[in-house]
Amino acid sequence: MRLKKSIAISENGFVFNAARGDSFSTNPIGLFILEMIKAGKDTKVVQQEVTNKYAIDDSTAERDIHDFVKMLKQYDLLD
Amino acid sequence: MTKLRYERPVIKALNTGVTNKFGAQQGFIPHTHIDGVAVKDLIAEHGSPLFVISEKTLRDTYRKAKSAFSTRYPNVQFAWSYKTNYMNAVCNVFHQEGSWGEVVSRFEYEKALRNGVPGDKIIFNGPDKTTDDHRVAIANGSPIHIDHLDELYSLIELSDEMDKRPRVAIRINMDTGIQPMWDRFGFNYENGQAWDAINKIMHSKKLDLIGLHCHIGTYMLAAQAYGVAASKMADLALNIKKKFGHSIHYLDLGGGFASKNTLKGAYLSGSDVAPTFADYAEHISTALLNAGFEPDELPLLILETGRAMVDDAGYLLGSVLANKRLSDGRRATILDFGVNLMFTSFWYEHTISPAQECSQYAEDAVLYGPLCMNIDVIRENVKLPPLNKGDQVVVHRVGAYNMTQWMQFIALRPRIVMVDLDSKVHLVRDSEDLDYMMHLERVPEHLKSFEL
Ligand SMILES: Cc1ncc(COP(=O)(O)O)c(C=O)c1O
Repeated sequence: MRLKKSIAISENGFVFNAARGDSFSTNPIGLFILEMIKAGKDTKVVQQEVTNKYAIDDSTAERDIHDFVKMLKQYDLLD
Repeated sequence: MTKLRYERPVIKALNTGVTNKFGAQQGFIPHTHIDGVAVKDLIAEHGSPLFVISEKTLRDTYRKAKSAFSTRYPNVQFAWSYKTNYMNAVCNVFHQEGSWGEVVSRFEYEKALRNGVPGDKIIFNGPDKTTDDHRVAIANGSPIHIDHLDELYSLIELSDEMDKRPRVAIRINMDTGIQPMWDRFGFNYENGQAWDAINKIMHSKKLDLIGLHCHIGTYMLAAQAYGVAASKMADLALNIKKKFGHSIHYLDLGGGFASKNTLKGAYLSGSDVAPTFADYAEHISTALLNAGFEPDELPLLILETGRAMVDDAGYLLGSVLANKRLSDGRRATILDFGVNLMFTSFWYEHTISPAQECSQYAEDAVLYGPLCMNIDVIRENVKLPPLNKGDQVVVHRVGAYNMTQWMQFIALRPRIVMVDLDSKVHLVRDSEDLDYMMHLERVPEHLKSFEL
């Protein structure tokens, strides 16, 4: 799972895909996850970090991250 | 280290400059309290879903309506339209404020009587009145609003039989420039039916024609239609005076004022387009004051305002059961209430707020109810912050028609509470249980047992 090289992420949650000119917005936790994906962390680690930082159980985090990653694919943000 | 409050991660494509069907982006203000009582406490105490009625909003709205009319016209009387919300607690707030009752069935009629409304202050409307209903209404001196000729003849017969003069009005339908024109109730103004009925009543000498009634439609966004209606009603009353020397005591303009809910598919929100009470009052009183009545013969103006009086005071609280993603990528949120409790979601796009802190990151979503039925959609397109399972929501402006048209379908109906002026919470209708439901059922003897 790798973020496309053409993607710029700003700290206020604005995401821009220079290759296609698409822009997106994400919430703080989405930003946190995107930064981790950009840094090359795999899903297990991402999930671990999310449950460390946020008050949420493992299974909900897993489900929501899975769903989030599917949206990233749908928007063509992953390689 | 304390952990941060969780919210689902979301990402959303931005289409700059294009307003889409989800509407313009608005901020999300969590609605955590109703009249000083925490939503989460209400749900903890009374369960979810839960209807909540604000006594303060009921009274404030009534007083606003009353003052809009009575500052413009000397002689105004509201009659509470029972079908809009006949919870006794709601009816009695309006009766305490001075409203009469307006009913359209024997069931509603008996409810009003039992609430303590004097018979001569219960207006009996609608096509559904049996001979026995008529007898009771005549005996109680209730104003009977005649819907059709069969009813008129039946009342004439009863007046002989009972040796009483029924107090009646006739319902008029008319062209007020509004489509669709409601012509299924009452007698038409333009084609002479109304005069036909008036002549029959006056020549019979058996009925006391005390009023004229109309109800030109519901959720009427054009306040000027009421000016047209008031003029036509006044014209009838003045000509009855001229022809028979008989004064009409009241003109009842019915209900129909729009509430601030937004109609499905409407381009602008209801709170931007709905006329105020003052707008309606201005058109009606101007028409009546200019109609040509002698100052001491101005008829009493009766109003049967329903939805505009009660919609704002009702809330429906509920909880998120689950989230899922539809095949087209949209988020679907399943709530624990559906069209069974919110009949009005078939025609309104109800405002829905999260009941807890939330982010400003909105997601496009579909809101489904819990029924295992495809029709169970609360909002087809809505922008809401991501909601987690167990999160609570507040639906606004559900005071009209939901607590009367709700369906006992698949699930039992929940509690209704009222928050009083001191923020005290009162149970005004308990939730249904299996015993309540089974109470009316009978199982034939041969079907009482089986083996599997
Ligand atoms: C005779 C009559 N009066 C009053 C009302 C209340 O109407 P609304 O809720 O539109 O004010 C109705 C509703 O249909 C009605 O039929």
